Amino acid sequence: MRTTEPPRTLPPKRSRTRYPTDSIGGLLAKIILLGIVDAFAVYVLIVLFMQEKWAVLLLAAAVTLLINWIYLRRGGLPAKYLAPGIFFLLVFQVFVMIFSGYVAFTNYGDGHNSTKEDAVNAIQLSAQQRVPDSPAYRISIVEQDGEFSFLTTNPDGDVSIGTTGDPLEEVSDAATDSTGKATELEGYRTLQFDEVLANQAEILEVTVPFSDDPDDGTLKTSDGSTAYVYSPTLVYDEAADTFTNTQTGIVYTDSGDGTFVSEDGEELGTGWKIDVGFANFVKAFTDENIRGPLVQVTLWTFTFALVSVLSTFALGLFLANAFNLPNLRGKRIYRILMILPYAFPAFLAGLVWSGLLNPEFGYVNNTFFGGADIPWLTDPLLAKVSVLVVNLWLGFPYMFLVCTGALQSLPEDVNEAARMDGASPWKLFTTIKLPLLLVSVAPLLIASFAFNFNNFNVIYMLTDGGPRLPETTANVGATDILITMVYEIAFGSGVGRDYGLASALSIIIFFIVAAISIISFRQTKALEEIH
Amino acid sequence: MKVLKTSRRAFATAAVSVAVMAMTACGSGSNDASPGESSAPSDLAEGGSTTLTMWVDAERAPALEEIAASFKEDTGIQVDLAVKDFAAVRDDFITQVPTGNGPDLIVGPHDWIGTFIENGVVAPIELGDKAAEFQESAIQAMSYNGNLYGVPYAVENIALLRNTDLVGEPAATFAEVIENGQAVVEAGDAEFPFLVGLDPKQADPYHMYPFQTSMGVPVFAQNDDGSYDPTKLLLGEPNGVEFAKKLVEWGDSGMGILNSNITGDIAKEKFIAGESPYFLTGPWNVPAAQEAGINLAIDPLPTVGDQPAQPFIGVNGFFISSQSSNALAANEFAVNYLTTEAAQDALFSVGGRPPALTASFEKAASDPIVAAFGEIGANGVPMPAVPEMQAVWADWGATELALIKGTVEPEEAWTTMVANIEQKIAAG
Repeated sequence: MRTTEPPRTLPPKRSRTRYPTDSIGGLLAKIILLGIVDAFAVYVLIVLFMQEKWAVLLLAAAVTLLINWIYLRRGGLPAKYLAPGIFFLLVFQVFVMIFSGYVAFTNYGDGHNSTKEDAVNAIQLSAQQRVPDSPAYRISIVEQDGEFSFLTTNPDGDVSIGTTGDPLEEVSDAATDSTGKATELEGYRTLQFDEVLANQAEILEVTVPFSDDPDDGTLKTSDGSTAYVYSPTLVYDEAADTFTNTQTGIVYTDSGDGTFVSEDGEELGTGWKIDVGFANFVKAFTDENIRGPLVQVTLWTFTFALVSVLSTFALGLFLANAFNLPNLRGKRIYRILMILPYAFPAFLAGLVWSGLLNPEFGYVNNTFFGGADIPWLTDPLLAKVSVLVVNLWLGFPYMFLVCTGALQSLPEDVNEAARMDGASPWKLFTTIKLPLLLVSVAPLLIASFAFNFNNFNVIYMLTDGGPRLPETTANVGATDILITMVYEIAFGSGVGRDYGLASALSIIIFFIVAAISIISFRQTKALEEIH
Repeated sequence: MKVLKTSRRAFATAAVSVAVMAMTACGSGSNDASPGESSAPSDLAEGGSTTLTMWVDAERAPALEEIAASFKEDTGIQVDLAVKDFAAVRDDFITQVPTGNGPDLIVGPHDWIGTFIENGVVAPIELGDKAAEFQESAIQAMSYNGNLYGVPYAVENIALLRNTDLVGEPAATFAEVIENGQAVVEAGDAEFPFLVGLDPKQADPYHMYPFQTSMGVPVFAQNDDGSYDPTKLLLGEPNGVEFAKKLVEWGDSGMGILNSNITGDIAKEKFIAGESPYFLTGPWNVPAAQEAGINLAIDPLPTVGDQPAQPFIGVNGFFISSQSSNALAANEFAVNYLTTEAAQDALFSVGGRPPALTASFEKAASDPIVAAFGEIGANGVPMPAVPEMQAVWADWGATELALIKGTVEPEEAWTTMVANIEQKIAAG
């Protein structure tokens, strides 16, 4: 197919040529655009600085410098064109892939959601329990030498003062407001509400011992105007890195897999994220619930993807051929009608079809099958057929568009020559048009295969993987493909979501799809070499 | 740590103000705080503590706007209501809070609490004496391990809607309901004796639950304080199999009372078209039925066994993020503003869900429909908030669906289901 290359003119000898100077408009546009980018970059850098994300901060700073260098220097035109594309590729593709690769090696998921520090804080928060039937104390926040104290008014009107480490002590000379609440005390400055807010982090941390006996609990406030007596059910020992239950004395230690566990195996509710190495991959291949249905699901995934590609291609090609007839009238309208399903969001189409295929009330059974009770989506075999048909409905317009374009670009003279030689239309199609077509369409077919291999929307919205397979305890159904099974296992059932396992499984799927694509592209190359 | 943070914040503020000044070319120094005075106001702006963010759905946002406005008037704190699509908001909250991008407050149903705590993203709330002003079931639902985690505002549950033109008198047992329904169908006045929306993929254990409790088969055992004990799965109670047999009897291959092809939408459509005397559903379908001109009565849930038919109650409320940098302001708003009668009234007026605050509920209960739903709810049990519940739904639904379709043998299917759920809980 390749024509001889045009004779190349020799490039001008590279010299220290003067680059054309920018026009005023161009210069202005450059300054404004670069200004916007830099302003945004500065904002991002400030945010990162505040969040202590040092590595990302350095990276972002380097990228900003690089962008400025690329656009401010003279020359380097290709870099100027490529930079935005590469930037977005890195942000939206490479970063996402690296991140999910990283997640696959952690136990990230429900119960292991954040850092150990966060988990310890959360456990401590929840462990603070109000002493049963203890009254509410109205308080004013007062300050002395930068330290905050609670000026508390007991329900019976007595006034005391105390601060962290300094138990409540009764005072008699406090000024009270009309409701009897103590508001001011000699030597202390009373905080106004906006000051309370401005210092909320410190005030929330104030714990006033109720008395010298620590068992009496401590006063804490959550809104700055009322305090309650709390006593923690769990106490964290920072040096030993353990939690101790104050009532039972049970000690919870770091188990090494992101939770605090007592000796007899009882876990504290909140855990944290840790690296688990290959554990997720091992689980993917050893967990009974995943391994059991995996073979069947994999087979169906291949069938689904293959049949989807072939059926949509066949129908698309047939229609493209039909509407390519030179003497057909109203071609445009037909073509627009053909691509309508393509304009319909796939997940919505899934829902609509699931309604249309309702055995008793669905349009399909009532209109086309005279009210027959055909279980389109609930019989394992019929559900598979339905999924394929709906996916055909969704997918053929794409193939139709592609084939129409490819057909129109085929050289007309080859057809003519063949016709002169007396080839039948069928022969003409199979031996000339189709092979020529395949050269340009084959890569798209492979892409379409890869897409359908992970066609989550159709399956999830139409059947949700169902009907369920009776022989497995996992929530896996007859129409589940690998990606919906991953979703079901990682997010759907069981106790909580498991992003780590989900990432590991999707990496495995990625390798399957990549392998298939590489092999197929090799085959396509062979196809090209025929010509 | 704290010093570092403050200095960083100061640096950031300085950097921003330098940038702003440079941009506006204005260095008039009018912002200089007069020395000697407290530096609080500038601290306030610096810490960002003048703004609270709350995630809400489009329906509730208007009611909260008024409350937020009065809060701003009193305290100067702005509450930003970020309207979110509620399909994924629970997961977003769980993943965003640890990154520091989460909101300070979020609205949601109480059964999110278990997962929230597992992930350490909510903080306990202390209502103090105000707790007594709420319905007991609402407080109970919002409690977990002895702490309260949400400010409740609405309680909802299902009831039996009856078209009074078709059946005049309420029925006490489900057998009577079926009998009445079938009589109406035989007389040619309706098409279906009884309607309930079932998901053709998952059935609907939530709507079936009162029948199940009436036969003495709750999901989990409850402790004395009403909390659930996830280690005691009671689905395997001897009567579980009896309930399974009932599902087959009522189902597609039996009497056809429960029809797995009838989705929630179809059930609603048929009921408001007057095609059935009964519809087992929640208050959310009442407005549509009233608009369609159906004469409605709200009947207590009919019993199947010898115990009361207890529905699940769902309690909606407000949660505070465990990592809110404005915890004090958030608490002030939640505890002292969202608990007011005005706030709860406003939320009732937009959502139509019976208020959790007793005073507001009593006002709302002047509407007999709200009163009837409330009465049934008082008899209900909170939907379990324990994370283990997630392991229950899928198997429970799939098994009920298979039973209703009549494709499985009840005894075997129910026992297998119980074993599977137990295994899943143990694995988690």
